[in-house]
Amino acid sequence: MADATGGTQLQAHIEIRDLTMAYGSFVIQRDLSFNVNHGDIFVIMGGSGCGKSTLLKHMLGLISPRIGDILYSGISFTRAGDSEKEAMRQRWGITYQSGGLFSAMTLAENVTLPLQLYTRYNSAEIVEIVAYKLALVGLAGYQNYYPAEISGGMRKRAALARAIALDPEILFFDEPSAGLDPISSRLLDELIVQLKESIGATVVMVTHELPSIFDIATNSVYLDNITRTMIGYGNPVDLRDHSDQAVVRQFLTRSAATANEDSP
Amino acid sequence: MDTQAPAFQLLGDNHGESSLVLSGDWVQGHGSGNFDALQSELLLRHPAKLMADGSSLGDWDSILMAFLLQCHNLCREEGIAFEARDMPEGVAQLLAVATAVETHQPPVESRGSLLASINPVHLLHKVSGNLQESLGFLGEVTIALSRLLAGKANTRFSDFKEFCYQAGPDAFAIISLISVLVGMILAYLGAVQLQQFGAEVYVADLVVIGMLREMGVLMTAIVMAGRTGAAYAAQLGTMQTNEEIDAITTMGISPIEFLVLPRMLALIVVMPLLVIYADLLGIVGGGIVAGGMGISPVQYITQSEGALSFTHVAVGLLKSLVFAILIAIAGCRSSINSGRSSAAVGQAATEAVVTAIVYLIVADAAINIIFQQVGI
Ligand SMILES: Nc1ncnc2c1ncn2[C@@H]1O[C@H](COP(=O)(O)OP(=O)(O)OP(=O)(O)O)[C@@H](O)[C@H]1O
Ligand SMILES: [Mg+2]
Repeated sequence: MADATGGTQLQAHIEIRDLTMAYGSFVIQRDLSFNVNHGDIFVIMGGSGCGKSTLLKHMLGLISPRIGDILYSGISFTRAGDSEKEAMRQRWGITYQSGGLFSAMTLAENVTLPLQLYTRYNSAEIVEIVAYKLALVGLAGYQNYYPAEISGGMRKRAALARAIALDPEILFFDEPSAGLDPISSRLLDELIVQLKESIGATVVMVTHELPSIFDIATNSVYLDNITRTMIGYGNPVDLRDHSDQAVVRQFLTRSAATANEDSP
Repeated sequence: MDTQAPAFQLLGDNHGESSLVLSGDWVQGHGSGNFDALQSELLLRHPAKLMADGSSLGDWDSILMAFLLQCHNLCREEGIAFEARDMPEGVAQLLAVATAVETHQPPVESRGSLLASINPVHLLHKVSGNLQESLGFLGEVTIALSRLLAGKANTRFSDFKEFCYQAGPDAFAIISLISVLVGMILAYLGAVQLQQFGAEVYVADLVVIGMLREMGVLMTAIVMAGRTGAAYAAQLGTMQTNEEIDAITTMGISPIEFLVLPRMLALIVVMPLLVIYADLLGIVGGGIVAGGMGISPVQYITQSEGALSFTHVAVGLLKSLVFAILIAIAGCRSSINSGRSSAAVGQAATEAVVTAIVYLIVADAAINIIFQQVGI
């Protein structure tokens, strides 16, 4: 990873070009252009309902862009064929805002599924790997629990275990720490950073949590609710101190003040 | 303290400025100001500015705020400046908070009035759209099925077994009850007519042919549409809400192979078995009524045997396969494309049952006509 001589390192890992997203005639965001570099922890920020989850779904190819394109290592995802898409997706790990764990399967089965599909491990090896992945997120021994039988925070971590099953190159998280207490949320942040560093992945994450943003993000984009486009792009600390948009500075400072008041 | 009903007065039109004087107690249980009256009067005068004056207000609660918010929104729509003055402490602040974020204007979609929903053109359009989607869905299922046969599909056998169990043995009780009763109804209906000709013994023929070709399979299919079809719709709809279907898709698994195929195959396997079971019980039910009419069991059985033919059984089984596919398509299609709310799940389940029953009856009629034409 540290080898910067390779040409691929100069190329952005993910490139968003002139993206306009809409549901029917309702335009959510327009003219989004930004790059996510290799090894970034890239945060998508913005007020509730501004289209963060929607942007993530576009990046995942679950929704097609109205206008514009999304490129992975220089290859257009929107124009890729089905088999190319599948190959790209195998290198991603994803957690969803509402969970996305298969509720009819145990945690072990959830983590097993991608391993069964895309690796050549035999079933005994898979059992060991599943135990290891669950242990990584602090859920050792919970193999046979169903998602409905564990707590909300544990579900978030279980989803993380499934996301890292294949040691992905890119991790996508939609609000990984929403709804967690400050300590668990901090632990989850640390876990994300550790996992990211150990597998050398790029992370794209949607979050409102200012502590997370300042602690771990290396780059970010701010989507505005009113003008329906991006009005901030850069390192969050720089944005907080130097953004020419008052809304962005407010988002990053005012809520920071309240967040500090909230914590003991 | 006496309370007074809420009231308002629209005063003065000096320099295009009207003032709205609010009085009385705007609290729960005393009604509210008549906003419609204010609206029509305001539209008539159309001042440049509306000043809401709260100096003579009594008590107030949310009902006042709701009224003021309506005024505010109306004024903004009409381009009238709105100002609230001399309001009790808190009102101005709450109003500022309530109006801070502009009202969301959902994109206009022709939601369809009641009249439009019974408009035949509109209805035809909807039905054809539904049919088109179902055909497309059937195409996708066929592709998935061919992948399954080639051994390339991501379909889990354990899911299939589980669905077979849910669709089959779990449905025995209700199928038993309904088929015995339907057999009795058929027998009763026939006996009353046949008695006039002294041909009661042919009740057995009527029951056997009626159950095998028509009632056994149709009643089973309707029970399955309500039981299993709706369950499928609810399961898949919940998965959509929970982003499970997104997770499956991004894992590179086709939701059709992973979710729809095991359900559909379970129905295809279970339906014919249930139909045979229903047929048998129906014939038993018919026998009970026949016994009551003085036909001896031996007579009934011999007569039934005479009526029993391979063709009748085959027709029933063929129908059961078609119906199984239709129920699965109606159940899965409506929900895999559903919205992402709990209301959408309910809607998908309703749509699944309604569509399935329509498909069943239409398909049954079509199959009967074809068989009649070719003389089966
Ligand atoms: N399936 C859909 N159909 C139509 N509109 C949708 C759909 N999903 C989301 N929207 C609309 O798109 C907008 C953005 O939604 P999105 O879920 O992306 O917001 P978000 O930024 O993730 O918000 P939050 O922080 O609350 O999760 C919202 O106004 C929402 O009403
Ligand atoms: Mg979201």
